[in-house]
Amino acid sequence: MKEKKLLVNAIKNGTVIDHITAGSALKIIRILNLASHEKVVTVGLNLPSKSMGRKDLIKVAERELSPDEVSSVAILAPQASINIVKNYEIVKKFKIKLPEKIESVVVCPNPKCITNHEPMASVFFILPNGKHIKLRCKYCEKVFGHDDIREYRV
Amino acid sequence: MPNTLKGRDIISIAELSKPEILLVLKNAQELKKHPRPKLLEGLVMGSCFFEPSTRTRLSFETAMQKLGGRVIGFADPGVTSAKKGESLYDAIKIIGQYVDVIAMRHPLEGAARRAAEATDKPIINGGDGANQHPTQTLLDLFTIQECQKKLSNLHIAMVGDLKYGRTVHSLAQALTHFGARLYFVAPDSLQMPAYICDELKTKGVKFSMHKKMEEVIGKVDIFYMTRIQGERFADPMEYEKVKNSFVLKADMLKNAKPNLKILHPLPRVNEIETAIDKTKFAYYFQQAENGLYARQALLAMVLGKI
Repeated sequence: MKEKKLLVNAIKNGTVIDHITAGSALKIIRILNLASHEKVVTVGLNLPSKSMGRKDLIKVAERELSPDEVSSVAILAPQASINIVKNYEIVKKFKIKLPEKIESVVVCPNPKCITNHEPMASVFFILPNGKHIKLRCKYCEKVFGHDDIREYRV
Repeated sequence: MPNTLKGRDIISIAELSKPEILLVLKNAQELKKHPRPKLLEGLVMGSCFFEPSTRTRLSFETAMQKLGGRVIGFADPGVTSAKKGESLYDAIKIIGQYVDVIAMRHPLEGAARRAAEATDKPIINGGDGANQHPTQTLLDLFTIQECQKKLSNLHIAMVGDLKYGRTVHSLAQALTHFGARLYFVAPDSLQMPAYICDELKTKGVKFSMHKKMEEVIGKVDIFYMTRIQGERFADPMEYEKVKNSFVLKADMLKNAKPNLKILHPLPRVNEIETAIDKTKFAYYFQQAENGLYARQALLAMVLGKI
């Protein structure tokens, strides 16, 4: 608990993405293109968590995630919570809400899908599936588990 | 019931409600009985076949012409600017400015949905890769209704390549509206995919899996055959083992119900013995003919003429 508090409070302003499914933080960093964020980004991998066993955590200084960015996190970490920090205080805290669909983020794993051959955005409908989610491609209509997703458009 | 298909794209069978499906079948039956050679006069269909097809393309084109409409198009993408690298979106946007409706086939999955985004004119999907082929499903339903005089509560066997065959996927999905009892007959490696079975379970459809045709032949009203393709097998020996056990022979029909009809989306290679063609059970050639009427009905409906 002490460790968690320290991690959350360590940035003055920004966003803390907490309760990320262990193993997903680095993918989220890629999707949100945080590697090119010029301020401090701190990543915690495999942190102990009472509710999840292990979890990942990302702190992004001086940046508030937009709703679109939050929904792109949702596919990798549907249980994640977002904390907006201002002046060392958590001013907003919310659980990720799964959007109905997600555009442009995921590359369709079906090599014969039109989205992999045309200059166009991919669109997936999100189907709740317990702790994880399933994605149905709007175009080829195939359904994928989150494990099937190998690539993200960044 | 009013025609709710006017101006609509026909991409996937799942997007048609039960009343809409029944209205297409009713109109197909009407057009089969009473041809309407001037119904679509003055209208033009774009026949855009980015992949070879004989039955589907010819029946779409004949359907349009028999209703008095005209057809432009291509049957080989080699003659289009797709070869120069033009996107499907651009190609369809432009063709949509010339024609009133587009019938298309494309090797990539989701191509018809993408095409529909490029134009306001109705797109009718004549097959997008292994994904959807809704006009085949409509003609299958039309044929089942025609030869059994009803669509509800039938016992229907689907046989052959159930894993990759898009016609059997769409037909199984469409039959969820009609209380069918389904029998899936296939080698283990080509059985109906789990996602279709899950959908059937959710909708309360009863079905069972079988390895031999003989197990179900005496029980069913419709025997829907499909072709097992050698290239679907990673191991050629596996193919050799199953290929001859999925050939329907005339003597296997001894215990068939008198009303049994055999359907097949065609082309047939050797999976239905030609001796069966002459029996009262064979209905696959009539099925292919019905494609004409099902497509006529759809064309007239999306164009708002019936």
